[in-house]
Amino acid sequence: MDFPILSTLIFLPLVSSLFIFISRGQKNNTSAIYISLFSSLATFILSLFVWYSMDYTSANFQFLEEQSWINDFIKFKLGIDGISILFIVLTTLITPICIISCINSVKDRVKEFLIAILVLETFMIGVFCSLDLVVFYLFFEAGLIPMFLIIGVWGGPRRVYSAFKFFLFTLLGSVLMLVAIIAIYWITGTTDVTQIYEIKIPKEYQNLLWLAFFSSFAVKMPMWPVHTWLPDAHVEAPTAGSVILAAILLKMAGYGFLRFSLPMFPLASEFFTPLIFTLSIIAIIYTSLVALMQEDMKKLIAYSSVAHMGYVTLGIFTFTKQGIEGSIFQMISHGLISAALFLCVGVVYDRLHSRMISTYGGLVNYLPKYSFLFIVFALAGLGLPGTSGFLGEFLVLTGTFQKNYLVAMLATFGVVLGAAYMLWLTKRVIFGVTKNDQIKNLKDVNKSEIIMLGILALLVIFFGFYPVPLMETLNVSVDNLINNYETAVQTNGLN
Amino acid sequence: MINNLNILLPEIFLTLSIFSILMIGVFMKNSFNLIFNLTSLIILLTIAIILNGSNNVEKIFLESFTRDAFSNFFKILILISSLFVLNSSKNFILDNKLAKFEYPIIILLSILGMFFMVSSNDIILFYLGLELQSLSLYILASIDRDNLKSSESGIKYFVLSALSSGLLLYGCSLLYGFTGSTNFDLIANELGKENTGAVFAMVFILVGLAFKISAVPFHMWTPDVYEGAPTSITSYFAVVPKVAGLAVLIKFMLIPFSKILMEWQTIIIFISIASMILGAVAAIGQKNVKRLLAYSSIGHIGYALAGVATGVISGYESAIVYISIYVVMNIGAFSCLYLLKKDGEYKENISDLSGISKKHPMLAISFLVILFSLAGIPPLGGFFAKFYVFTSVVEQKMYALAIIGLLTTVISAFYYLKIIKTIYFDDSAISFDVTKNKFAQLSIFITCSILLTFFLYPSVLNNVVDTLFLN
Repeated sequence: MDFPILSTLIFLPLVSSLFIFISRGQKNNTSAIYISLFSSLATFILSLFVWYSMDYTSANFQFLEEQSWINDFIKFKLGIDGISILFIVLTTLITPICIISCINSVKDRVKEFLIAILVLETFMIGVFCSLDLVVFYLFFEAGLIPMFLIIGVWGGPRRVYSAFKFFLFTLLGSVLMLVAIIAIYWITGTTDVTQIYEIKIPKEYQNLLWLAFFSSFAVKMPMWPVHTWLPDAHVEAPTAGSVILAAILLKMAGYGFLRFSLPMFPLASEFFTPLIFTLSIIAIIYTSLVALMQEDMKKLIAYSSVAHMGYVTLGIFTFTKQGIEGSIFQMISHGLISAALFLCVGVVYDRLHSRMISTYGGLVNYLPKYSFLFIVFALAGLGLPGTSGFLGEFLVLTGTFQKNYLVAMLATFGVVLGAAYMLWLTKRVIFGVTKNDQIKNLKDVNKSEIIMLGILALLVIFFGFYPVPLMETLNVSVDNLINNYETAVQTNGLN
Repeated sequence: MINNLNILLPEIFLTLSIFSILMIGVFMKNSFNLIFNLTSLIILLTIAIILNGSNNVEKIFLESFTRDAFSNFFKILILISSLFVLNSSKNFILDNKLAKFEYPIIILLSILGMFFMVSSNDIILFYLGLELQSLSLYILASIDRDNLKSSESGIKYFVLSALSSGLLLYGCSLLYGFTGSTNFDLIANELGKENTGAVFAMVFILVGLAFKISAVPFHMWTPDVYEGAPTSITSYFAVVPKVAGLAVLIKFMLIPFSKILMEWQTIIIFISIASMILGAVAAIGQKNVKRLLAYSSIGHIGYALAGVATGVISGYESAIVYISIYVVMNIGAFSCLYLLKKDGEYKENISDLSGISKKHPMLAISFLVILFSLAGIPPLGGFFAKFYVFTSVVEQKMYALAIIGLLTTVISAFYYLKIIKTIYFDDSAISFDVTKNKFAQLSIFITCSILLTFFLYPSVLNNVVDTLFLN
């Protein structure tokens, strides 16, 4: 390997955050905003370049980097395949959007906020690049620090409670994963993921190790019943924090299932499928019902995220091509849609400082552009054909029908509920009677908001009609994942 | 015989220097500054002497004194941490009128005691070193003698510590009675045979040592002494004697008690779990930073003991790495306390920290790094310390210890987060005179850089520690 392109990708935001840190003496924040915007766009372009130059036809990990790290036995190993590159590009796309959004919404300690966002970006890209369990854990956990500060410092009135809940829930789940990682090291003699794929962990250990990983991913995903931190964190976090949380941090868990749980513990994954199916169905139906009754817009979208993540886990554990591709697609499209919906809430929150649905109503008369964009994202959120939301759910359900009719039917019922809460939200906020006189004086979306939301809207519609770029990237890697899984299950079934 | 004296060169040099500066103190008035600077110089010279000497194993005085890589490593760690603790607390000492010329001299005397502790290969020499150290610490705890709290903490520490020394001495005499020797190597040989009495002796010795490193259930003195003693002394207490105590504990496990592994392992596991749990739970309600750090140090000793409890070399190594990073973190944390000065008074309540992130962003971010590191969150140094310990714990298939240990890190994360919450989320109350303590700032800078960049070369410390057990 000649040029360490992945390391550059990971550490570029960190280095630029150092520049902002040094430039803190100045009074105005424009230079800090420009530095962070420039560096995050550079990271985005670099990640696009990586996407463009990688080889989709090979299932092997590419752009490998290896460096001896801890005591010669644990290596700092990076590499990507068709699955991880999509998440990396999603991360690098969402970050500049967050930075633009903070121009309008963050008034206090802007530089610190930008530093936190850039440091968080470094850790998020690191999660998706790492091919070593310890490196993965390092980045996975490190992300807690900036996110804790983003919620706690720039959050709403109950920010302290939410920040603590977020931190402690995630940490509690993750320490068990750390024990499992160390145990894997002593069982297989390595923490290098590609080597563990080949060594194959013995059957007797798989179930416990799977549960330890599950405890971490289930909290992060979040799955019912450990999802309760998410609505709190979303509601209290500043707009940019909510966007990153929904668009990227939640995807780490789905990615973790695909990268670690499935290939490393195929037999345990098979064994625990009923558990996952049950929890996913509860998540889809129960949290959709809960979302129906919310009075806070952010909380409603947060619960809808839990329901959407239910489809993701469902799809992954069907072990079919449609199911897994669908759940990856669902994660990417949810990353775009939920980010956009939180931004939409942020736009009106910046003007009226209320997230309550009852404050609004009849926005369509005064903010036509905003209303148009909001409706696009709401329809994408409920999975209207022609938007990216439809394809993900459709593929997941196709995959599920191959495995279990009952589960598939219940999950399909969730689609109807999803339409119900999204449409009702749109009806109450965008249409309806204008109850509040302040709404008449509101200004429509400004340029920077149009840029953010417009890009996301274009992408949502583009991928709704033409998902080929994503699917082409995924194809071989997912095939390889399923093949390895099936051979593992078959050979061990014979023993 | 006289040729071998160079083995003792660091100790001889230290003793002679202590006498000389004591004379300076007696005959010169207002000599605190001079003696203080000389003390730093002596510490630096002693480090140089040790580094200049060899690391080969040599035993002298009827094999009662060992010089090897192990003892040299701990001596250097003790010296460096003392140097940082002393210098970063100089302003504090001057501001609180503790500038008596005895202060640095007694610190040097306690260092001398620790030198003999870590080098001893004989229970009598070990006990003498331990007592020299303890006597110095009693005086240090009550050095602010006009202050009621300081005197109280000195007396408390003296009474309880004397009791534990008594138990320890009783254990030593039992050990001598059952094995017929005071030499570590001979005791080890003797314990190879069936010897129930020696187990009693071991329990008493372990109790004494657990007291010195403030492990549960012998921790009761710690919060009171930490709170009562002046902060400069507390920081010394929190760092240096812990290092020496852990070194001696490992040495006991390594040589005299190596043959009765099963018996002491059970005790250490219990002490370790109890310390981790108490350190995590009891700290939650604390309002005083020093008291909180006392409980946090109890918890950290628990983690280090988890490494010792494995009973294998890799476990001891991880414990040594742990205590080294613990030293770095605590020096940083206490140096931050020296900056919290307002109108000549040093604040030590958590609520005084509220909102310092707005007025003192650099201090706040240093606190942030140190506290997250104490909580063991990656990518900071504290995470790697825990990672190494639990790697060796899981290697020995002690899954319960690993899981309990890691769950307590979640509980303890809660109170570290509480301080961070006070610093970052609350509104600001006080602005401190931060800029006037250059050395404390320097030591904060050094410790934070170590903790932040540790992940780049996480095995640097391991490579050094690996060489300690080669013989």
